[in-house]
Amino acid sequence: MTTPDHLDDLDAVTALADRVRRAAYRAVADAAPDPAGRDEVAEALGVGRTLAAFHLDKLVDAGLLEVSYARRSGRSGPGAGRPAKLYRLSAAEHAVSVPPRAYRSAAELLAEALERSGAEETLYRVAGEHGRKAGPAPDVTTLLTGNGYEPATREDGRIELRNCPYHRVAEQFPPLICGMNLAMLNGLLEGAGLAGEWCARMDPAPGRCCVTVSKNKID
Amino acid sequence: MTDFHLAQMNVAKLRAPEGDPLVAEFTAGVDLMNELADRSPGFIWRLKEEDVDLAALGIQPAPPEMIATMSVWESLEALRGYVYHSTHLDYLRRRREWFVPGESAMVLWWVEAGRIPTLRDGLQRLALLGAEGPGPRAFTFRQPFPAPELSRP
Repeated sequence: MTTPDHLDDLDAVTALADRVRRAAYRAVADAAPDPAGRDEVAEALGVGRTLAAFHLDKLVDAGLLEVSYARRSGRSGPGAGRPAKLYRLSAAEHAVSVPPRAYRSAAELLAEALERSGAEETLYRVAGEHGRKAGPAPDVTTLLTGNGYEPATREDGRIELRNCPYHRVAEQFPPLICGMNLAMLNGLLEGAGLAGEWCARMDPAPGRCCVTVSKNKID
Repeated sequence: MTDFHLAQMNVAKLRAPEGDPLVAEFTAGVDLMNELADRSPGFIWRLKEEDVDLAALGIQPAPPEMIATMSVWESLEALRGYVYHSTHLDYLRRRREWFVPGESAMVLWWVEAGRIPTLRDGLQRLALLGAEGPGPRAFTFRQPFPAPELSRP
């Protein structure tokens, strides 16, 4: 909490204290993987375009959103040729801990030790058991949302997970952490009684969780 | 166009020799994974078993459980895309089913564009990484080093 980095993180997090601004952040997150424009966010929030723009730009100043400019397709009328200001979530992560804690460093050390000793299969088993303990959920979306995954259903019926809950460690140890996550997700589906209908599998792509959830083929 | 390409070498020890049912699923995937590498963005070259003449190189043949891969890519990102952001990741995830822990190693290094590394180059880089840890001449995904700057006339 005393280093300049920590104070920047605190600035970033306090930028979300305002309820409308938090909703604006959520609206941008929900649009992913596409960026969101001011009009869409204003509409989602039920506020004016100027107010939406004010909050979006505050979130940019705080480092929580990034800006790009693009012409939006399907526009007509005056202004159609001008590129729109678009917003997406920043890749930067902000954590504020009082007093200071370093769980990420601990996770990286543990991951390296697991890889070196070849204990991956044990980790997958532990993750599966942990997932099964989460218990029942009314449907797959509720289950995934409740466990921090931000599900989004694609046209082919696959559920992509827009948030990678283990992103920083997964980047360092992809097979280990993505394998743990896969086992966890299949555990969650089993524990919720949804494993007959749904199945998690490795389906890696940049910018989202490397596991997707799809319907089991019923013969 | 960059002046340097990324070379990769990997050695690992199978739990049983090729042909054993224990490693059948792995062996069945090798051709698939090689074909995937060949058509991945940024792929340049890979070592093919039939091109290796150990006797000519004066290298002792490895036990049948030891397998090695060596390849060259346009960039670190290109190799990362194949290794971690393709169906290859699922094979990596299952590596303990097929490979002996502590008996595998992977090394990355920069080669001048157009140059194809030899098996001996790769083994030397592996030895360097083992002896000195990651550095500009032998490194890993977790601790990469930038390509050298070519001095221009």
